Amino acid sequence: MLKLENIWKTFNAGTINEKVALQNLSLTMEEGDFVTVIGGNGAGKSTMLNAVAGVFGVDSGKILIDGVDVTNLPEYKRAKYIGRVFQDPMMGTAATMQIEENLALAARRGQSRTLRAGITRAEREAYMEQLKILGLGLENRMTAKVGLLSGGQRQALTLLMATLQRPKLLLLDEHTAALDPKTAAKVLDATQRIVEKDNLTTLMITHNMRDAIAYGNRLIMMYEGHVVVDVSGEEKKKLTVEQLLNLFSQASGSDEVDDKMVLS
Amino acid sequence: MTSFLNAMPGAVAQGLIWGIMAIGVYLTYQILSISDLTVDGSFCTGGAVCVVMMTAGYNVWVAMLAAALAGMLAGLATGFFHTKCGIPAILSGILTQLGLWSVNLAIMDMKSNIPLNVNNYDVLISLRYLQEVQKGTRPFWQHPILVVSVFTLAVIGVLYWFFGTERGCSIRATGANPNMARAQGINTSFNQVLGLALANALVALSGSLLCQYNGFAEINMGRGAIVIGLAAIIIGEVAFGKLFRNFGLKLLAVSLGAIIYYVVIQFVISQFKMNTNYMKLISALIVALFLAIPYWKQQYFHKKGKVRQNA
Ligand SMILES: Nc1ncnc2c1ncn2[C@@H]1O[C@H](COP(=O)(O)OP(=O)(O)OP(=O)(O)O)[C@@H](O)[C@H]1O
Ligand SMILES: [Mg+2]
Repeated sequence: MLKLENIWKTFNAGTINEKVALQNLSLTMEEGDFVTVIGGNGAGKSTMLNAVAGVFGVDSGKILIDGVDVTNLPEYKRAKYIGRVFQDPMMGTAATMQIEENLALAARRGQSRTLRAGITRAEREAYMEQLKILGLGLENRMTAKVGLLSGGQRQALTLLMATLQRPKLLLLDEHTAALDPKTAAKVLDATQRIVEKDNLTTLMITHNMRDAIAYGNRLIMMYEGHVVVDVSGEEKKKLTVEQLLNLFSQASGSDEVDDKMVLS
Repeated sequence: MTSFLNAMPGAVAQGLIWGIMAIGVYLTYQILSISDLTVDGSFCTGGAVCVVMMTAGYNVWVAMLAAALAGMLAGLATGFFHTKCGIPAILSGILTQLGLWSVNLAIMDMKSNIPLNVNNYDVLISLRYLQEVQKGTRPFWQHPILVVSVFTLAVIGVLYWFFGTERGCSIRATGANPNMARAQGINTSFNQVLGLALANALVALSGSLLCQYNGFAEINMGRGAIVIGLAAIIIGEVAFGKLFRNFGLKLLAVSLGAIIYYVVIQFVISQFKMNTNYMKLISALIVALFLAIPYWKQQYFHKKGKVRQNA
């Protein structure tokens, strides 16, 4: 479903701030794979997701989604295949627009925007049903401006928006990191349900090792811009946090484990 | 006071005409979140094209359509600078505006002023008509206030419909959150260009009305238009913001804001016998003040919050 072939990406090339963020990164995901991604700060996790989404071009390598070479497609054209939820709750929704308007925009992802009505009565009813599934009471606030919602509500809404039109690929970049633990658990739970219901191919970045083990059928660890650990199936199910930390220090060649990873 | 009251209909008519320009500014400033300075030039472009076409014998509607199209081209130029050349939006507008000064002169055959005699051409509105309706020598439905009101309502109606369509919603999303818009498959660059073109078409249309009303087109007629537009938006928001929630009513508030602006200016001029050349300075200061208020408020609350934390 997703194929990354020898991707290189350098930021600020030729300056003192030069940073090689992706180094010969390769990754293949099968249809229905739910892959969790871990790695220390600056390992290149977000850069990988942004490269797939087309936020910026890559220096070399190839990106294929469902067999289609999207390496040179602009972000808005790739959106046809991709649903995204960002780390920042402000990023995924239009704050000055209504909940139902945001949903209607998302329902048209990948379609051309015509002079037909931006939202129809039938849609409104359908959205109401789908908002009920989130269990946050948003179905009664369809015409409220999204800016009035809490961070958790906005992330849940963004998640629904990302999956309203079934994406070939769902990209989640620490989408619960900005939320309090209780809300984070709720949003993760909703994520799990939606992914299972639609059997979505998903790539989820997290800093929480336990979540990384608990969710998905495959786990990858990134270090210095490429994948250094890749476990799946039974092996992943049996994985413990200690084992993961060991794998990390082996891969990075040091006992120095990222603070944030230990904490979580 | 009587001189002010006598001048009232003229001030309202002028405010209505400029209100259409202000609605154009609203599209870029509020909906697209772009400060588009093209308007100072494209307003005159509209006037120049209209007068030149009419004096060449074209029908007033044809002339106004051509004016709107010319304004659209100006918007396209700014959009091109911004989205294809990576020039910041404000600077793109300034570049187009500067270039338009030469273009506008060229349209007007290198003259800085071209008259449009009401007696010789079938104009839609005119200061003369206003006086004649008041005297009773013209039917009331040719009153400029009525004509421009109908025009304004038509413009608001079309915009209300458009911004409810899929494309219109995608333009609003582009202005509200471009990251989200792109993630939802919206071509934000295209929408910015489209919005700029649409806005400047309205601005030029407004210019074409003003030149008919005044009976001439003049190279400096658009100077400071952006400030008048912002003033109208701010006044409309302050006066009707709490009352008008619907998008159509918000556009109406902009138009009403422009009317209030011109009435106030007329009042100041006739009451204080002020030299009209000071109006631009006063307008600039008033707009600066209103733009500063939200910032000051925020600073004030910020400080208060800090004090509470320490306590
Ligand atoms: N737009 C950018 N411009 C310059 N450098 C960047 C940019 N984006 C990322 N980088 C750099 O690339 C490296 C990889 O960053 P990335 O955001 O992918 O890390 P990450 O694995 O997501 O880390 P974190 O866990 O902190 O989110 C970092 O050194 C970062 O500073
Ligand atoms: Mg990151």
